[in-house]
Amino acid sequence: MSELDSSDRIFVSYIDTSREYYLSRGYQNPYQWACHEDAPFTSLSKPLSESRVALITTAALSKERANVKEVYSAPTMPPPVALYTEHRSWDKKATHTRDVETFLPVRRVSEFAASGRIAGLAPRFYGVFTDFSQRRTTDEYAPSVVDLCRADNVDVALLIPL
Amino acid sequence: MCHQTVGLVARHLEFNRIPTVVIGSAKDIVEQCGVPRFVFTDFPLGNPCGKPDDSVMQREIVGIALDLLETARHPRTTVQTPFSWGSDDWRIKYMEIRESERI
Repeated sequence: MSELDSSDRIFVSYIDTSREYYLSRGYQNPYQWACHEDAPFTSLSKPLSESRVALITTAALSKERANVKEVYSAPTMPPPVALYTEHRSWDKKATHTRDVETFLPVRRVSEFAASGRIAGLAPRFYGVFTDFSQRRTTDEYAPSVVDLCRADNVDVALLIPL
Repeated sequence: MCHQTVGLVARHLEFNRIPTVVIGSAKDIVEQCGVPRFVFTDFPLGNPCGKPDDSVMQREIVGIALDLLETARHPRTTVQTPFSWGSDDWRIKYMEIRESERI
């Protein structure tokens, strides 16, 4: 365990880290991250034991589809054994994504369905393209996710970024 | 950027009456985006649902997310999972700036 310097924040600020990194590379206009003073809040409409759960990821189905600006859906059964993640900026020095359950826990959620904690897992999981454009994300991709949730009678959603 | 993507999608789902919880490792991006419920795993980016091949930890983290759906009473409720990566080198090595490469 390395010595932590608690005169700085312990958890990594990815906003600060990426800004400083790109400034060091000569990019002078830092990215303006989404920033909201408000946050919505919807309570459960029924007990969790009666709720169907959806999983939402930013991983892609394949290298070929990694840069397609889309929302996709794919079956949760059988659970995916691999998804394409190399195009995303997770920490490739520190870890790996070969165990899909670390970022898309289809099997773990299914175990909670088997025990009765939730009613079930949706028949499909949904993938959202990670776009620099907050407008496209909110106005184009997010409504597509809502449509998929409604088509699959989803009650609650677990969203898991890489 | 993935964390911002799911934060924005979570907000939109909530506005459409679908409760959500985000499980992630970039605390600042998710919290600044403003989501109702957030499970924070203080790990290197890539494994917010637990370490590779550790199904016990993964189950516990998913369980924390399910619990949060029931227990949160207000938006911006963050819960941190009780796990640590085991080393801290990754905290400074991610996007580390080498002075020799500075432009």
